[in-house]
Amino acid sequence: MFRNQYDTDVTTWSPAGRLFQVEYAMEAVKQGSAAIGLRSKTHVILACVNKASSELSSHQKKIFKVDDHIGVAIAGLTADGRVLSRYMRNECINYNFTYESPLPVGRLVVQLADKAQVCTQRSWKRPYGVGLLVAGLDESGAHLYYNCPSGNYFEYQAFAIGSRSQAAKTYLERRFENFMGSSREDLIKDALISVRETLQGEKLKSSICTVAVVGVGEAFHILDQETVQQLIDSFELVREDEPPAPEAGDAVADQSEASAPVAEEGAAPMDI
Amino acid sequence: MTKQRANWSPYDNNGGSCVAIAGADYCVIAADTRMSTGYNILSREYSKITKLADKCLMASSGFQADVKALQKHLAARHLIYQHQHNKQMSCPAMGQLLSNTLYYKRFFPYYSFNVLGGLDSEGKGCVYTYDAVGSYERVGYSSQGSGSTLIMPFLDNQLKSPSPLLLPAQDAVTPLSETEAVDLVKTVFASATERDIYTGDKLEIVVVNAEGIRREYMDLRKD
Repeated sequence: MFRNQYDTDVTTWSPAGRLFQVEYAMEAVKQGSAAIGLRSKTHVILACVNKASSELSSHQKKIFKVDDHIGVAIAGLTADGRVLSRYMRNECINYNFTYESPLPVGRLVVQLADKAQVCTQRSWKRPYGVGLLVAGLDESGAHLYYNCPSGNYFEYQAFAIGSRSQAAKTYLERRFENFMGSSREDLIKDALISVRETLQGEKLKSSICTVAVVGVGEAFHILDQETVQQLIDSFELVREDEPPAPEAGDAVADQSEASAPVAEEGAAPMDI
Repeated sequence: MTKQRANWSPYDNNGGSCVAIAGADYCVIAADTRMSTGYNILSREYSKITKLADKCLMASSGFQADVKALQKHLAARHLIYQHQHNKQMSCPAMGQLLSNTLYYKRFFPYYSFNVLGGLDSEGKGCVYTYDAVGSYERVGYSSQGSGSTLIMPFLDNQLKSPSPLLLPAQDAVTPLSETEAVDLVKTVFASATERDIYTGDKLEIVVVNAEGIRREYMDLRKD
């Protein structure tokens, strides 16, 4: 990205009608390690790549349980993600306290989006530098949402964020039409393969990836390392045969989502 | 000029009795299921016992609306604890939390008389007994509620818990087996039901041990 005179403040518009600080915040998401989400009618899977800064340190936590029926995977500034997870947990607890029922996922993402928007319109704040993949189950079924630093949110059948996420998105685009009817195991397999796509040759091991599941009759939980390794071992036998289809350009305005969000015709690349 | 007095009270007493007995590796928590107001019965099947954590239960008698609010508050706090620490709260930890929660409303108290029962971090039975504003103590057994004045002396007689003033300090744990403790609880409630009008209908007994939580019911006199 290039520097210019309209990017100092989040409250300064550029002549082209863009908020550069918000766009820069989106860049932070792209720098984070990859996170992937996909859903069927009854289950939602989150998977992410765990990069430790050195062999001596532990991995950063990128998947958080928000409630029994909601979980979130983050990419970008993990500190911002941690703080937002805490907010989401509190909202779920308070809603449950008042209404004795689980907070609908759609409501939570709107609250989260509004919170993010506030940071784009205050001169003394900065946008959150984290993208969140919110996976949840409520009365209306299984949902996967993506919340951006800009305050926008979209619902997806499958999505990937973070570095080298394009490779995962390519794979998901090929397969997403089947996801709605997929079984839990097939979904996890697809998630792991997507994670592998982002690794560019590095061997997929349970030590560098985390997988979490939420589904009908199954509370949100992170799968333990052993289970993940077993799944990886059973899937590795079936390698991806077809070579990845040539990506249809669109590096800038690439709207590689599965369900169609509102298109922002040629305007600022605010998302993705 | 006489002092103005309120023409209504925010509190009501829904009656009932609660008991908890700690064993070497188990804990028995019991309460009757009658909910009343004045001389009327509101329900014959209302549970006064709630699970706060994996190995920690609370039985509360008094004003059930305050009891319900207290239970919800503690459940929410427990959820926050689990998110932050990735584990369940231990019984002693919950004991302290309950005390702090009650004292927080020192000047508009929860009208709730509680006994907390469960297993401590070593797997031994533990019972904590409270007053309405959070004063608490770990004991080997306790009772609260309308029948407590009838029940407590009987438990003292049967369980001979050593005085906390003795030196060297002795364990606050009862040398009864699980079945003996449950039988004692049934006897004690049957007696209390005879003379306390607010205790009766049905007895709910919950037993916590290493295997988990077991629930049992016994009929009591309905008059």
